Amino acid sequence: MSLDFSRNVHFVWALLPEIVLCAWGIGVLLAGVSGRRDPRRAGGEGAVEALPSDDLGWLTLVGIAVAALANGWLHGVTEIGASSMIAVDGFRLFANWIFLLAAAFGVVMSFTYVWRQRLQAGEFYALILFATAGMMFMAGARDLIVVFLGLEVMSISVYALTAFNRRDRRSAEAGLKYFLLGAFSTGFFLYGLALTYGATGSTNVTAIALAVENGAATPGLLVAGVALLAVGFAFKVSAVPFHMWTPDVYEGAPTPVTAFMSVAVKAAAFVAFFRVFLVAFGGAYASWYPLMWWLAAVTMVVANLVALAQTNVKRMLAYSSVAHAGYLLVALTAANEQATAGMLFYLLVYAVMNMGAFAVVLAVGRQAEDNLQLDDYAGLGNRHPLLGVFLTVFLLSLAGFPGTGGFMGKIFLLQGAAESGLWTLSVVLVLTTVVSYYYYLRLAWYTWMRDPILDDQHEGVFVPLSLRMALAMGVAVVLFLGIFPGGFMALARESAQGLAGVGTLLLGMAP
Amino acid sequence: MAEILFFVFATVAVGSALGVVMGRSPVASLLFMVMTLASVAGIYVLLEAHFLAAIQVIVYAGAIMVLFMFVIMLLNLGHDYQRDLRGGLFALVAFVVSGAMAGLLARRFGGDEALFPFLEGADAIDAALVEKGALGVIAEPLFTTYVVPFEITGILLLVAIVGALVLAKRRAS
Repeated sequence: MSLDFSRNVHFVWALLPEIVLCAWGIGVLLAGVSGRRDPRRAGGEGAVEALPSDDLGWLTLVGIAVAALANGWLHGVTEIGASSMIAVDGFRLFANWIFLLAAAFGVVMSFTYVWRQRLQAGEFYALILFATAGMMFMAGARDLIVVFLGLEVMSISVYALTAFNRRDRRSAEAGLKYFLLGAFSTGFFLYGLALTYGATGSTNVTAIALAVENGAATPGLLVAGVALLAVGFAFKVSAVPFHMWTPDVYEGAPTPVTAFMSVAVKAAAFVAFFRVFLVAFGGAYASWYPLMWWLAAVTMVVANLVALAQTNVKRMLAYSSVAHAGYLLVALTAANEQATAGMLFYLLVYAVMNMGAFAVVLAVGRQAEDNLQLDDYAGLGNRHPLLGVFLTVFLLSLAGFPGTGGFMGKIFLLQGAAESGLWTLSVVLVLTTVVSYYYYLRLAWYTWMRDPILDDQHEGVFVPLSLRMALAMGVAVVLFLGIFPGGFMALARESAQGLAGVGTLLLGMAP
Repeated sequence: MAEILFFVFATVAVGSALGVVMGRSPVASLLFMVMTLASVAGIYVLLEAHFLAAIQVIVYAGAIMVLFMFVIMLLNLGHDYQRDLRGGLFALVAFVVSGAMAGLLARRFGGDEALFPFLEGADAIDAALVEKGALGVIAEPLFTTYVVPFEITGILLLVAIVGALVLAKRRAS
């Protein structure tokens, strides 16, 4: 099937996965409200809380599966005619797979947590679905207005999810902090958007690209707009020096939410970052290249050094996620097709390994927010060997150990950097990776080499069957991507085709 | 006549905007802001954008400002944050930034005409106004070209309501 956006009906087909997710989110909300008043379930104390939340979780998973079907169907669809607000290309669809994967993993992680913490299940799962839809809008946006609205849908859902656990003061604090700083960064983004519109006379990415390449854009306004948009994006991907919120928010948010947002929010922000900067501002590469260079270098160095000093595992993983943003910024600085494909591949691996690591943190935290110190992991491997193995594989992959997906991801990023001749940045990437080995392996060392401090330290560590299966699949994926990266990398390369360097192609095209 | 009215409205708008920034109490600032918005609505009327003017009065000067007023009065904000509001250095920075902005805009809009096809639209807008009316000029792009952002805004508002309710609702148990 081919889509012609001069007919408005075709927007419905182009946005099918997003529409499915939004509709399903509303359905889950309604089911959550009606489920609690269901008289059949009002019998026992536990029954009231337990049953609806699990049912709603499975209902949400079905919704994600339906959206995945719609996304798969879009692979066979082509765009004809003038470019419009919504892109239907491989880049968007590959990113959508990552969001759906992260959302599904996040929902599976939440089953027991939502029940134990007595969270309102309907709203919780619905917000996850809405956030995922917002990410998809960002990935598919070919208009800055749509990028902005997607960003807001995603952010507001995630703010609410962060503060969701009202019994926990840290959660409320994290939510407020995230909300205030996020609103601030939204101001930057919006101002940048307005200045870009002032400079080029359009908010459409294709039209902006055309104006930038033709030199029709007012230079001063354009540079100011690019800089402000970069600040807005850098905040969302948590690059140094816009990372201050990250450790506090990641520590305070409910762990399943932390896992979800550390992966999915970052992926969505990076995908939109790439599309806006490579396509719309591709012609102004020289003006934003130094900015990205320094952003990447500073992020990698600072995040990895600060992570060394962390003893709280959630904070350590937060700084690790900042460091990963730095690695991905190297790909943005390189700005070529190989780097874009490497970015997509890396985001896929990162989604699996980071969420896997957080899932183990959740298990050690007894499906709550306890036991987050390094000492709490002492001797975990001997008591719960399977959990220890899972954690170790995810940590090795985060560190970029050969044989894991994280290693191959870094190789692809380095290939992209080398293609653009970013030698200094490549060296920084490799050196900071070596530094990062210390804090990842320290946790693995605690897990296996230390004796438990108390005899009953690891009692009550428990992983529900659904999550255990998800973790096993995660390990399999991480190892598979590490040993046979070819297939997925080919897919990523195919998806990235036509995105980077698209500026030169556009010159012959009508906006 | 129209020009005299324009200058009256413009003076009131700028003057009360200054009042918002300089005002000593939050309530006074807020009332000045209502005045600014109302005089901008007057300018809209002079531009024959009656619909925008009505929306401006109903939504901004009416609903949103009343909401602000409620928040300020319910939270009972005193004067103890005065020193947060004013600072010599910040005023200087703000002045420089606004100056730079004004300069850039002046260069953008006062310079080479050929660069801004969208500025030549004044006649086109008049023609469209005659053809479709003040409402049609807004409604048609909103529900055709910008239908996707329009729908996403709906989702955004729903998400905001759900989030606010989840966080603010009093717990039953």
